[in-house]
Amino acid sequence: MTPAIELRKINKSFGPVHANKEIDLVVEKGSIHGIIGENGAGKSTLMSILYGFYQADRGDILISGEEVSIADSKTAISLGIGMVHQHFMLVDNFSVLENVVLGAEGSARLAGGLSKARKELKRLEDDYELRVDPDALIGDLPVGLQQRVEILKALFRGAEILILDEPTGVLTPAEADHLFKILEVLRDEGKTVLLITHKLREIMAITDTVSVMRRGEMVATRKTAETSMEDLAELMVGRRVLLQVDKKPAQPKEKVLVVDGLNVVDSRGVKVVKNVSFDVRAGEIVGIAGVSGNGQSELLETLAGIRSASKGTVWIDGELIDLEKRDVNAASMRQKNMGHVPEDRHRMGLVTSFAEYENAILGHHNDPRYSNGMLLDVAGIKETARMEIEKYDIRPPNPLLKTANFSGGNQQKIVLAREIERDPTVLLVGQPTRGVDIGAIEFIHKRLIELRDAGKGILLVSVELDEIRALADRVLVMFDGSIVGERAPDADESELGLLMAGVHGEAK
Amino acid sequence: MFETYLHTMILILDSTVRLSTPLLLACLAGLYSERSGIVDIGLEGKMLGAAFGAGAVGYMTGNAWLGLLAGIGVSIFLALLHGFASITNRGNQIVSGVAINFLAAGLTALLGQSWFRQGGRTPPLPKEGRFQDIELPFAEQVETVPVIGPIYSELLSGHNILVYLAFAAVPLTWWILFRTRFGLRLRAVGENPAAVDTAGISVVWLRYRAVIACGILCGVAGSYLSIAQSSGFIKDMTAGRGFIALAALIFAKWKPGNAMLACLLFGFLDAVAIRLQGQEIPGIGDVPVQFFQALPYILTVILLAGFIGKAIPPKASGVPYLKERT
Amino acid sequence: MSAGQLPRWVDFGLIPALNLIAAFFVSGLVVLLIGENPLEAVEILLWGSLGYGEGIGFTLFNATSFIFTGLAVAVAFHAGLFNIGGEGQAYVGGLGVAFACLALDRYVPWWVTLPFAVAGGALFGAAWALIPAWLQATRGSHIVITTIMFNFIGAALMGYLLVDVIAKPGSMQPETRTFEDGGRLPLLDNLIPGDFFGTSQVNLSLVIALICCFLVWALIWRTRLGYEIRTFGANPTAAVYAGISPVRITIVTMLISGAMAGLMAINEIMGAQHRLLIEFVAGYGFVGIAVALMGRAHPVGIVLAAILFGMLYQGGAELSFEKPAITRDMIIVIQGLVILFAGALEYMFRPALVQLFSFAGAPAGQAD
Repeated sequence: MTPAIELRKINKSFGPVHANKEIDLVVEKGSIHGIIGENGAGKSTLMSILYGFYQADRGDILISGEEVSIADSKTAISLGIGMVHQHFMLVDNFSVLENVVLGAEGSARLAGGLSKARKELKRLEDDYELRVDPDALIGDLPVGLQQRVEILKALFRGAEILILDEPTGVLTPAEADHLFKILEVLRDEGKTVLLITHKLREIMAITDTVSVMRRGEMVATRKTAETSMEDLAELMVGRRVLLQVDKKPAQPKEKVLVVDGLNVVDSRGVKVVKNVSFDVRAGEIVGIAGVSGNGQSELLETLAGIRSASKGTVWIDGELIDLEKRDVNAASMRQKNMGHVPEDRHRMGLVTSFAEYENAILGHHNDPRYSNGMLLDVAGIKETARMEIEKYDIRPPNPLLKTANFSGGNQQKIVLAREIERDPTVLLVGQPTRGVDIGAIEFIHKRLIELRDAGKGILLVSVELDEIRALADRVLVMFDGSIVGERAPDADESELGLLMAGVHGEAK
Repeated sequence: MFETYLHTMILILDSTVRLSTPLLLACLAGLYSERSGIVDIGLEGKMLGAAFGAGAVGYMTGNAWLGLLAGIGVSIFLALLHGFASITNRGNQIVSGVAINFLAAGLTALLGQSWFRQGGRTPPLPKEGRFQDIELPFAEQVETVPVIGPIYSELLSGHNILVYLAFAAVPLTWWILFRTRFGLRLRAVGENPAAVDTAGISVVWLRYRAVIACGILCGVAGSYLSIAQSSGFIKDMTAGRGFIALAALIFAKWKPGNAMLACLLFGFLDAVAIRLQGQEIPGIGDVPVQFFQALPYILTVILLAGFIGKAIPPKASGVPYLKERT
Repeated sequence: MSAGQLPRWVDFGLIPALNLIAAFFVSGLVVLLIGENPLEAVEILLWGSLGYGEGIGFTLFNATSFIFTGLAVAVAFHAGLFNIGGEGQAYVGGLGVAFACLALDRYVPWWVTLPFAVAGGALFGAAWALIPAWLQATRGSHIVITTIMFNFIGAALMGYLLVDVIAKPGSMQPETRTFEDGGRLPLLDNLIPGDFFGTSQVNLSLVIALICCFLVWALIWRTRLGYEIRTFGANPTAAVYAGISPVRITIVTMLISGAMAGLMAINEIMGAQHRLLIEFVAGYGFVGIAVALMGRAHPVGIVLAAILFGMLYQGGAELSFEKPAITRDMIIVIQGLVILFAGALEYMFRPALVQLFSFAGAPAGQAD
């Protein structure tokens, strides 16, 4: 049988980033084909190429055996490709019906198109058990139903191939199960489903075939029935040489950070951190492992005072802090000697349009060390910046240079230097080596170990399991907002992988 | 007693209609643009440019329709300039609007003086260069019928064609917005351009069509001032009406029916202010005319503050659309 | 890629220069359109504004007002806020200046009145920015729209006060009585020997404006508050990370911005007109937008841009005298074009330049 999709040697680069390298992929008609890989493995880029959002630099795409060039989404739609994006492409104040017909209205006057669409929607509902009230406003619907509208949109346009990009990221387990039932019905009706995910459980539960991507490459394609989660976890992560960090066993002392029953609700009203309790002792690194989007970011930001908690208490160095209170903010947490290396240095940790020395005091600008009354002590700040540049080997060694002109590794060192040199009791660290070159990674890891050995408590969040294993003295695994287990850093890798994927988890 | 009250009331309402018309046209113009996500504080400039174009061509050709066409042409040109800056170049829409207001204010006065040498105004238009008032059928006959008679013959009848056009544009706009494919897409692109893009529709072309629609209506609004309401262009003759229209648009929460009510309200305030100049309101006393002038803006600020309902603009307004990595 | 890197001198030198050249080029076309010679016009303009002492005096007098309104817009820019309400804030600021002058002018010399007038202008201007600022900070009402609305509300309020409340008794003119010497700033011409500035009205306010430039520079680049303002303007998320309160910064910045606009009245009211009169701001608040855009929100740039616009206004007046076809409205046109090219079309030339530079910079054969 002709495959529904065939990709041959697809390549795509964004500037220096080679997001897709020589990708080959064959997807059989009438199957559910999973594509699994870690964050940044290149899955989304590949699917965006298939949907005409980007053009491949090189390579061929065959749809039902015919070579095609997909210049835009319109072409993709006309080829029978539908896509459910990770962030829904819906108009909130439109009804379900209006969202479904948008771009496929039929005629210039809406009335005819709408009533036809209403009938078609009814048919789709019956055929695929996709029940939604066509007159409900999107904004009033729970995300599970919104996703259903996205699927209906694709089917309404006659999609034969349906791409779903991380569809369960926003769903509750029950909603996810329902989605899987729908996908099975679609397959049984002869549609082809491409499921992009980083969750092993989903792959095992629903797909017929699975392809694994790693660092922009397609590393394997297996029949799901003939493989196992352990197998896939290893393929996903790869047999990487463990980064060697020279460290002595930790000598934990008193508890410097105690978190008890912490709950966080995000702006959409979704509970993103659920009843999390743990502690960090002086002289140890506690690592939080987990696939991104499972509440680690929110946990970190709440402890840093950037978000407020809906419930829960925190002690820093024995002092009780009420995170629910309004007067808690990043400045007040910093005064409690809480340092914070944020996950995203561009969005949060730096003002990239500032000179380097100006970023050396971000968040500490009201510290009397850097000011004379209302004035900033510019000379003193430059002096501090110079000292940090030297100590952290930041290049080029020019505190007047615009921060945007430093490489990722050097930018990260600027943030790290700023936070470590303020001598924090507890340091929160998020993704310390994301987008950082090897040399800088080693340097940053060494610094963190030194800080630990100097008797500070460090809470490390990273989606790089290797990094957690190399640095942490204890590993907590977070899944779906909860801590689902604690392991030693030298625990079996696939065991950790399974915990991260929400399998075998015993929520505390 | 009742007769005099009725008469006064009809006079005030009659001038309300006249004063509301340019506001309404400009307000609907802004509605097309802002519904597509393009903020337009250049309504004032487009109106002024159109008023000049219409006045100049109306004078030179002695043909009101050619004047109107010229007014619309000027306004569309300015609208395309705004589109070029804010859609194609993804520039700051506010800055672009400010620039257009300056350009229109300067160019109309400069060219007006250079072409007509009458201090920036056009010479008075010949009768054919203006839109004349239209008597509705039987206006004269029913005039004597109590209450309904004067309402029909004085309030409803006797306006020029652009007035009727403006009020007809309200249901038409509603119909376009909520009953046509173009309207659906227009509303969608102002809320979530990415949804429109992934549905295979060009965001750029859609937004250009919206600013052109805005240009057309602003053109009619400006032409009304110079070749219907008065007989010729006068320097700075829009006198802030573009901004009142903008306020009305916010006040109307970007809905056509509300837009008409808001413009009628603001027109009414204006009419009352003119009528009451130097007179006392029974029971209240002397209310300064400036109070009525400021009232539209005060009401809009109160609305913006969320104290009476909430004015929520289209979600994507003011934000240039850039395809992003998903 | 769209976010191509360009050398600093291109971003901060070449691009603004190209934008300005484009604006003046189109202005030249407009002059041609009305049948005059653009080069001749430039010559008259330059002579009228810089060619003799009195011309320079008027240029500087205009520039003084533009410095104030330009600083107002610039300060807000640094916090990522667009204060389009300088016009209204300056107008209401005039009330504060006038109150101080009317209260004191008969009893004390000008240098005693001055601090009160400065405080009055700044206070009233800031007050007129407070409500839009507060609504933006706490209720998310868009500050561009509310400041526009406040321009009109301010105009109505001032119209009412001038006509009905504080007008000179027995006069139909919507203006206050003329201040005595105690409410008049000395002209620069009287402070320096000779008669260099002639009858021009350039006065001590110019010095105050330059002091304000220095203070704004110090505020933005040397104080903790300025650091917070810039952080909030450049990256609001990083500001929250740094523990900076968006509400506080929005309100404080707008108060400073409004105060700067209000001080413009020192030049016009206390320095030149010596009475509060209707519509004395005459669009200078809006010119501040062009000045701030051109001056890249830096005080030095603002002084230069203000002088340029001061020249346009003075030279333009001269031009309209010499060439009646080119009325003073030409200045408004040029202003519009500067705002258009330097502001809204800021990046028009950028993609072409990025290509040019990457082409020149990249070795051949690396285009793959």
